[in-house]
Amino acid sequence: MIEFKMPSLGADMEDGTLIEWKKKPGDTVKRGDIIAEVETQKGLIEIEIFDEGIIDKFLIQEGTKVPVGAVMALLQPSGVSLETKKEKEPAPLQPTEEKTIKSTPISTAETRKIKVSPLARRIAEENHINLESVAGTGPDGAITKENVDHEIAKIEKIEPEKINAPAVAIRSAIAAAMSKSNSEIPHYYLEKKIDFTKALAWLQEANSQRSIKKRLLPVVLLIKATARSLSDFPDLNAIWENGLQQKKDINIGFVVSLTTGGIIVPAIHHTNLKSVDEIMETLNDIIPRARAFKLRSSELTDSTITLTSVGENGADVVYGIIYPPQVAIVGFGTISEQPFAEKGMLGIRSVVKATLAGDHRATDGLIGSRFLAAINNYLQNPDSL
Amino acid sequence: MKEDEIKKTLFQLLKKIAPETEPSELQDDDNIRETLNIDSFDALQFIVVLDDKLGIEIPERDYGKTTTLKLLLSYIKNAIEKQKS
Repeated sequence: MIEFKMPSLGADMEDGTLIEWKKKPGDTVKRGDIIAEVETQKGLIEIEIFDEGIIDKFLIQEGTKVPVGAVMALLQPSGVSLETKKEKEPAPLQPTEEKTIKSTPISTAETRKIKVSPLARRIAEENHINLESVAGTGPDGAITKENVDHEIAKIEKIEPEKINAPAVAIRSAIAAAMSKSNSEIPHYYLEKKIDFTKALAWLQEANSQRSIKKRLLPVVLLIKATARSLSDFPDLNAIWENGLQQKKDINIGFVVSLTTGGIIVPAIHHTNLKSVDEIMETLNDIIPRARAFKLRSSELTDSTITLTSVGENGADVVYGIIYPPQVAIVGFGTISEQPFAEKGMLGIRSVVKATLAGDHRATDGLIGSRFLAAINNYLQNPDSL
Repeated sequence: MKEDEIKKTLFQLLKKIAPETEPSELQDDDNIRETLNIDSFDALQFIVVLDDKLGIEIPERDYGKTTTLKLLLSYIKNAIEKQKS
């Protein structure tokens, strides 16, 4: 029997709430199928399955908060008949918590000591109010209905903060990951000024031959050049877990800013195998979904390196913080016109500053420096991208 | 199409692109992207919906002629007139 477990969608994730099963027992599933929707700090995520088989049983009910690694469903491997199964099955998990909002339990032993009117006690219980925190103004300091109503009103005043709940959750996810990175990863930083004039000219020509919907953004060339360079320097396309582990696939995590604040970093799968048009198509797909908190689990977990681009009219340089367990983050500042000296001549060129933050446990500055030089070389030959 | 109608359509399209902003509060000379905090990806989406809705295709070389509300309105009016003639 194959166990389908709650996946970890980031170093900071401890649990997720199962919102909906997208399949039913008896359904045949294959690798990449969406089996469930799970609410996490990063929004409502479609969870993919990485095994093939027939769904035998769901162990978790919709609406249940489930810790990472807990078995959620059992599958019969492909080719095994449902009738012939006689394997030991784990006991279904009990829901760990029905709701994410924690209520303060009311201890009857303690409330017995508190003077409270029956009506006030009932209202308090219905609204999960801890009577110990309520000041009584009735006879002998007894708690009245008015006192409890006042306490409820105080809590409701705090409620508007919940409207901002996704932004708060994203903030805390970023805080956890970045704090971990800063305390564990010894970063080194490198910077390279790149003449982007040829790349922009190439882009202008390419876009003049495309319909509006197919137009390319400059960042696509930066992504492609990074992917090509990673093929040359595989130590940067890796994770650090008990040593350096190179990753076979090049999946660049692209930083998307959310309009409500915060960032999400979906993966562009197999970036090196995609053409510039395919990379643009992927951006057209994942950026709106990232902003709507509607990503797939593989898009949140498969990045092998991160790329952040400031965009137009922003800062000239960006120095990233590595997303663990990755070992590098590439940054591109705003593209702007700058005085640029070359072959004894001074001219005005479109320039972009590329940076690399590398994990010094995994690589040294020499590799990083060659990597940035490779990005520059690819961008000087946009036809080769 | 009258200027008021074009303006109304523009505000509707901008609201779709930047839902958390209030495009109707844009002043004539405000830089649209900077005021509404529209990044290059969303700016391209705006050009796409402008083409879908009004049938006006803004070439890349003309992006600089459409930065403010006043400039964009005048660009669209010209484009509509050219289509008529």
